[in-house]
Amino acid sequence: MAARVLVGVKRVIDYAVKIRVKPDNTGVVTDGVKHSMNPFCEIAVEEAVRLKEKKLVKEVVAVSCGPQQVQETIRTALAMGADRGIHVEVSGKDYDTLGPLQVSKILAALAKKEEASLVILGKQAIDDDCNQTGQMTAALLDWPQGTFASEVTIDGDKIKVIREIDGGLETIKINMPAVVTADLRLNTPRYATLPNIMKAKKKKIASVKPGELGVDLTSRLEVLRVEEPAQRQAGVKVETVEDLVGKLKEAGRI
Amino acid sequence: MALCVRSLHYSGFSRQILKTTAVFSKRHISERVSSKSEPRSAPQTADHVLYTQEHFALKDSLRKIIDQEINPYVDEWEEKGQFPAHRIFKILGSAGFLGVNKPVEYGGLGLDFSYSVAVAEELGSINCGGIPMAIGVQSDMATPALARFGSAELKKEFLLPSIMGDKVACLGVSEVGAGSDVASIKTKAVRKGDEFVINGGKMWTTTGSQADWMCLLANTSDGPPHKNKSLICLPMDLPGIHIARKINKLGMWSSDTAEVFFDDVRVPCKNVIGEEGMGFTYQMLQFQEERMWGVANILTTMEKIIQETINYTRERKIFHQPVLHHQVVHFRLAELQTEIELLRSLLYRCTALYIKGNDVTKLASMAKLKGGRLARELGDGCLQYWGGMGFTSDVLVSRFYRDSRLMSIGAGADEVMLSIICKYMDTLPKK
Repeated sequence: MAARVLVGVKRVIDYAVKIRVKPDNTGVVTDGVKHSMNPFCEIAVEEAVRLKEKKLVKEVVAVSCGPQQVQETIRTALAMGADRGIHVEVSGKDYDTLGPLQVSKILAALAKKEEASLVILGKQAIDDDCNQTGQMTAALLDWPQGTFASEVTIDGDKIKVIREIDGGLETIKINMPAVVTADLRLNTPRYATLPNIMKAKKKKIASVKPGELGVDLTSRLEVLRVEEPAQRQAGVKVETVEDLVGKLKEAGRI
Repeated sequence: MALCVRSLHYSGFSRQILKTTAVFSKRHISERVSSKSEPRSAPQTADHVLYTQEHFALKDSLRKIIDQEINPYVDEWEEKGQFPAHRIFKILGSAGFLGVNKPVEYGGLGLDFSYSVAVAEELGSINCGGIPMAIGVQSDMATPALARFGSAELKKEFLLPSIMGDKVACLGVSEVGAGSDVASIKTKAVRKGDEFVINGGKMWTTTGSQADWMCLLANTSDGPPHKNKSLICLPMDLPGIHIARKINKLGMWSSDTAEVFFDDVRVPCKNVIGEEGMGFTYQMLQFQEERMWGVANILTTMEKIIQETINYTRERKIFHQPVLHHQVVHFRLAELQTEIELLRSLLYRCTALYIKGNDVTKLASMAKLKGGRLARELGDGCLQYWGGMGFTSDVLVSRFYRDSRLMSIGAGADEVMLSIICKYMDTLPKK
């Protein structure tokens, strides 16, 4: 029986918020804006908790990287059924440049340290849509990966993963330890009930610094500019095919 | 300052840092002012005067339930004139939101009233008044006396399933001839052996047509009117109980309101909550909580209306500029928002004193009085700025205008609140 599952949870701007670009185009407005757990991370937590309820895993550990506020996100995971949390302290400039490469290094280090047999992540975050952390984590650990999972079944020391791919569904069998990333249809996350919210208060969240895990947070990327998507321009109606060809030529499109 | 750090990074060229920081920090500050015009969004866990992280976690979870299980269907239920009470209460009950301050032995959480206030506030994000009102009846009007004074047997039969959301409760106090004047209700429960035989009727029974049981206030003896009444747990499927009609109302359409008649209804005497003759007193005791609950609920709704009005008037143009840019509009909304904050401060003060064990009757009555009146003023004022659209059923403000009118009438009319305040001010003429 797999002992420990590591679940990564990311604190992102709530999906319902209207995103505004900062006037200096260096990023988006985050001050005073509602944040919550990334929806795919919620699905990942739910899957991990279900595995525990089925007694296929013994412990679910929720991890988040960021400043003090990410502890709220970890608490939500605890209220959903995770057993304990790890807060990897990253703040200020480091937090601004934190990306999949740094996070996957952190998760890989933690997976080894915690002797996890399974790492479950959301397939991507809704703020940067990178869809890289799971894959990079598996590569750094040299573990198999089952990404875009819409169904996960543990069978002894192997995992059967049904993946959502462009052409339909692909079924693979991978050895444990492994990394799995959750897609939308994997499950419907439970509501954190009030009794569990109160119980979560007593669960432990350990704090750790990236340096202690031997991770260098230096980014290889630099954000030059952030802009809103171009406003959609009005179209032009034409009468005949000849007019259309003429207009396209005029606009230099053909 | 974090903002400077951010600009330091993004500018990239160390030579330009000193020059650009000054510009960036100025622009960041001015933008901060407008970026904070977003609605109350980020939970300010650090500095809240009443709430802890658990309160905010509670609100977040409840918000998810509302967004997924309730709000998508509100329009449909308003049209139908009823919401599925059993289904919704089961969802809320399973998540622990119906027994926040009720005893743990019966499925409650045993938390203090500030958690109930947090729940009430979050329920204000439901897009109508009827459903929160029905939930309030279930969690904080039909059950408090039972939780405090009921026998273990009664609590097991009625309280436990109500907290779990398996049984729908309703409150039978008001009658056709007695609303504000509770002492003059006429419904009688006459003892015959080990049963009470009940005759009479109740009015304005929220969720009456769906309820499994009623917390009934009836006259159980011939004594002084404040000492001759008892609260009785009445199963609603007993022979002799007639749901006369569902009442058509100005607002609160998704909440079914029934007129109920009792025709020789027999119920065991052991269904009396606590002591016979103490019903009136028991009912009075929970009014403070009822009133604070109502205020918490309407605060959130009022803020939502203000924000929707801002959004609408920002888009809508009149005389070549957004309606919002006309000074009377943004100034008036600022006035109303100020009043909301004042009422919120009163509510939190009231709650904080109450959970410490103080009698907050005067403050709670003041809050309820203000809540009802502000809701009317706000609904009327905001609707005006929506113009013709405000008069249609397609917008939330018109529903709010109708729904909120009840607050000055139900759960203690404005005039009753004023009498209570005057009693504390010692200005009521002596009889």
